[in-house]
Amino acid sequence: MEIWRLPISASQRGKLISAGYTSLSSLSSISSSDLARELKVSESEAMNILKVASHSRGSETSNASCSIVEGAQSAWDMLHDEESLMHITTSSADLDNILGGGIHCKEVTEIGGVPGIGKTQLGIQVAVNVQIPNDFGGLGGKAIYIDTEGSFMVERAFQIAEACIEDMSEYNRFLRKDFQECKIKMLPQDILENIFYFRICSYTEQIALINYLDKFLSEHKDVKVIVVDSVTFHFRQDFDDMALRTRVLSGMALKLMNLAKRFSLAVVLLNQVTTKHTEASFQLALALVTVLDLCSVTMLSR
Amino acid sequence: MANKLISEIPLPKSIANVFSARNISTAKDALTLTEFELMELLDVGLTEVRSALSQISEIVAPPYQTALSLMEQRFQNEHLGGHFPTGLKGLDAALCGGIPFGVLTELVGPAGIGKTQFCLKLSLLASLPTNYGGLDGRVIYIDVESKFSSRRLLEIGLRSFPEIFQMKEMAQEMAGRILVLRPTSLAEFTQSLEQIKVSLLQKQVKMLVIDSMAALVSGEPEQGARRQQTLSWHISFIKSLAEFSRIPVVVTNQVRSRNHDDASRYSFQVQSRDGAIGTTMQYDSHLVAALGIQWAHAVTTRLVLEAKSGERFIKVAKSPISPPLAFPFHITSSGISLLSDDGKEVMGPEINAIHCQGHNEIINFGMEGLH
Repeated sequence: MEIWRLPISASQRGKLISAGYTSLSSLSSISSSDLARELKVSESEAMNILKVASHSRGSETSNASCSIVEGAQSAWDMLHDEESLMHITTSSADLDNILGGGIHCKEVTEIGGVPGIGKTQLGIQVAVNVQIPNDFGGLGGKAIYIDTEGSFMVERAFQIAEACIEDMSEYNRFLRKDFQECKIKMLPQDILENIFYFRICSYTEQIALINYLDKFLSEHKDVKVIVVDSVTFHFRQDFDDMALRTRVLSGMALKLMNLAKRFSLAVVLLNQVTTKHTEASFQLALALVTVLDLCSVTMLSR
Repeated sequence: MANKLISEIPLPKSIANVFSARNISTAKDALTLTEFELMELLDVGLTEVRSALSQISEIVAPPYQTALSLMEQRFQNEHLGGHFPTGLKGLDAALCGGIPFGVLTELVGPAGIGKTQFCLKLSLLASLPTNYGGLDGRVIYIDVESKFSSRRLLEIGLRSFPEIFQMKEMAQEMAGRILVLRPTSLAEFTQSLEQIKVSLLQKQVKMLVIDSMAALVSGEPEQGARRQQTLSWHISFIKSLAEFSRIPVVVTNQVRSRNHDDASRYSFQVQSRDGAIGTTMQYDSHLVAALGIQWAHAVTTRLVLEAKSGERFIKVAKSPISPPLAFPFHITSSGISLLSDDGKEVMGPEINAIHCQGHNEIINFGMEGLH
């Protein structure tokens, strides 16, 4: 591994190279005081550099020799893990089947479609269904709804919450088989209270929020789904530098993937479609899809 | 929030100085760079960059609200929980009260179907006091094709609310609340939008009507993809206007013939179960809404007005609240009224189709009825 890949500042790197240290192995046998003298930096800085170097070296050697044992998981264990993962139902049996049980946790799912097809509806449904208690086969978690277009309608969320509670009472009654009124203690208001709503007005706010979610999720550990509606809206306008846009979007996608894995939650991204001019014909395709290919994509059509 | 200055964010002094030395003055500049780019640029370590970014992000990120408090806020502060009743009972019931505040509602249909009539009726209703179902405020009517007729407006007023409009001072007061703008180019329209933003801040304007959006763009010389781009700024601006002022915004759209270039089939769509793709294409209407798919994404509610076998229908083609319903309507001297308050549910892609059958006969018949 080369020096230039170490996560240290540019001037430290420059000093290392001009002093003759071009590879990690050259740093393995030097003490921090000697290094400090050679680079003309403080001893604590030299210690820091050595620590970073040994850390990178350590992970590399373990990858080379012990990859079979460390960090790898057998396919059988993975299957077992996947089966025991809980899913969030979309309330449509067919869609749940296609998704393999529902929206998966620890994964990013992208849902795209033409205007008016029901993407926001599905987003709201998922934000409600994640709250289904464990007794009914749900996750009993809370939801984060990130709205970039202003399409979240509270009245509709209330209707969906009411219907969800009715479904649960129905299920309860069926289970008990005694046809008595089994009142669920949840109210639609309780469901609405567990949806954290963020309204984003620019792509800067979107980036900032996704950075901030790290802290937010550590404080609210019961959040089990993040719905972003829609993820590319702000990136389709006034972005002059296309390369920058691609970098920003892929950075965002990676962070979301990271959040999904670390906090064991599901991330649902809703996307618009646009017309793609290929050769002589026009095709409908997901907006900015090439950047978001870290997720499983579902397309909705009538 | 995006343009928040780094100097105003409480960061450790050393890193704040470095940010300003490298000309990264706003949060936007800092957040669009990746961690490694920032490390290169600022010459600091990863941990410092990460902690600076997380502090900046925390300040720039918008605060959250639970959906419950959002609902309570809306119902407390707004007229009918954020809906403007149109006076068409069936439509209002389907839309949970009426035209929603804070979002764009689009009226699309062929020429002469009644879009401008609907807009006139709505403008009148909005100017009325609240006990008559109005918003008791000013209405800004952007009339691109010079279709606004004040005579027709007063006729509608006289027939629908004779007790108000028979008195000359009251009629003057109500009509005086409707401000008509006639921009002759997209540039003029852009300017007026910015002025409108100011008057919205002063809370005098309660509704915005743009008749029609398509006519603004069709006059411009740019074609194709660049036209989409010019419009995208306006779409974004109007949406944000609607949202922060929480007023209903009604926009009309025209129709055009479907080109063979138009993507009507999506690559991800499967064949229908009986494999009858060929036949469905024949019955597809040859009319589509103008302004393209980006516009279609931006509007929240789309009401399609069409003529089918001699009758006119208003269909709720896109709505987050209402199922896809079609209501028969007709134009009368008191504006527009539904022939039936029970909407017929329309399944499948038919809800988006725009028909124009037997329309010419209707126009002639309608004109006789009006005089």
